Formats: sequence, C-alpha cells, structure tokens
Amino acid sequence: MLTVPVGIQILFAGILFFLGLIGLLVRRNMIFMLMSIEVMFNAAGLVFIIAGTHWKQPDGQVMFIFILAVTAVEVSIALAMILQVYHHFKTLDADAVNNLKDHN
Amino acid sequence: MDVFFYIAAVVAIISTVMAISGRNAIHSLLFLILSLLAISVVFYLLNAPFIAALEVIIYAGAIMVLFIFVTMMLNIGIERETEKKWLRPRMWIVPSILAAILLLDLILAVKNIRPVSNGEEPILPKQVGISLFSTYLLGVEIAAILLMAGVIGAYHLGSQKKKVKHRFLEIK
Repeated sequence: MLTVPVGIQILFAGILFFLGLIGLLVRRNMIFMLMSIEVMFNAAGLVFIIAGTHWKQPDGQVMFIFILAVTAVEVSIALAMILQVYHHFKTLDADAVNNLKDHN
Repeated sequence: MDVFFYIAAVVAIISTVMAISGRNAIHSLLFLILSLLAISVVFYLLNAPFIAALEVIIYAGAIMVLFIFVTMMLNIGIERETEKKWLRPRMWIVPSILAAILLLDLILAVKNIRPVSNGEEPILPKQVGISLFSTYLLGVEIAAILLMAGVIGAYHLGSQKKKVKHRFLEIK
C-alpha cells in the first residue's frame, strides 16, 4: 500500500492550495478567479481525505461530500452572477465592477 | 504504489499551474479537468475509492461542465487590457512571494509529523454512508437546505428581466 509520509501528502495539498491562492490574487478575469477558488476547495477536501485515511475513519470522506455540496452551490450562484455582470458591463474584468451604481 | 502517488501529484501540480496561468479560458478549464482527474487518482491511492468516483462524476463531470457552458455562452477569447497589464511578470512577484512564505510555514509544520503507515483496506462507501446518515444527519439536512437556497438563488440570478421592446415605450 501507499507508504508516502503524511507530511508529503499534506504538502501536496498545500502546494495545490497556494497555487489557487496565487491565482486568486493575481488574475482579474472572474472565470479564472472562480477556477482558483475551485482549486483551493479541492485542496481543502484533499486534506480531509488524507486525515481520514491517516486515522482510518470515514469522517474525512463525509466532510468531503459536504464540501462537494457547498462547492456545487457556490459555483452555480457565482456563475449566475458572472452572467449578470457580463450582461451589465460587457466584460469579465473584476476591476471594472467597482461602482455600486444602478446601471439600468 | 508510491510512484503512482508522485506521478499523479506532479501531473496535478503542473496542470494546475497551466490552468491558472493560461490566457485561453477553455484551455485552462481543460487543464483544470486534468488536474481534478489526477487528484482523483490520489484519492484512489489514499484508500478512498468512493470519493475518487465522486470527484470524477461531480467535479470533473458536473461542475466543470457548468464552467465550460458559461465560458462558451460568454464567448470569451479576447484578452482584455487590464488582464494583460496584470499578467506581466512583475505583478506575479509579490503574491507569489507571500504565498511561498505561507507554504514554507506549512513545510516546517508538517516536517515533524510522526510517520504512520496508511491502512491496508480501503474505507468503503458502506462505512461512509452509515456515518453520513447517522452521525452527520444534521449536516445532511443543512446541506439540503443549502442546495435548495442555491437552486432558488441561481434561478433568481439567472432569469432575464423581460423588457418591453416597443419603440414608443423604450425608456432611455
């Protein structure tokens, strides 16, 4: 079976998380920002699975299923909002959406 | 078995880097799907075959299809000026250094976890289901409420306002 040290496994999840963090900080395109958030969610779920395997308990997998539900809701709402923003501003640039005015 | 873990991890990291640094949204989404599949391999190696299947079906199957639908609906392909300005190497440096410091912190933290060999037998869906619907039943109900709110919210946000298109009634 797998004999990779737990530290290495958590390190892998950490690298994925920080890649998502860098992407979220640097990119301004909303689609890419949402993708970076997905990567971070996924890394968090990976840590849950690693911990569940480490202690041989099913709780980690249960938590991953909850993360999956939260992610599905978050993505559908965020994509609907991105569509609305695109219809209003004709751009996906997050910096363009900086005025709290009503554009109707 | 270890070599499979390292291969999958390297594939996941490289494809994630390609996904977040790409210019073309569709290419980035395809790289992200590749990354999710590699992570699914890692889940399988970590004795979680049920979660590996869920990762492929729900993440790579459902959520990424949503992304691709929206990207294709918006027909993004033209690079915007602001994004081009932000993607110069100079703009990557500060966030990358800050994230690297956090990662260094994590490396120091995980360096002295005592090694424990992983379990021999996988954790089966049966155990997960029993735990999910007994210990975490309240969580399941809360997730159901959250999903309901998500459906209503997505319907509300996604619905287009009906506009009166008569030329005399057009409001400037």
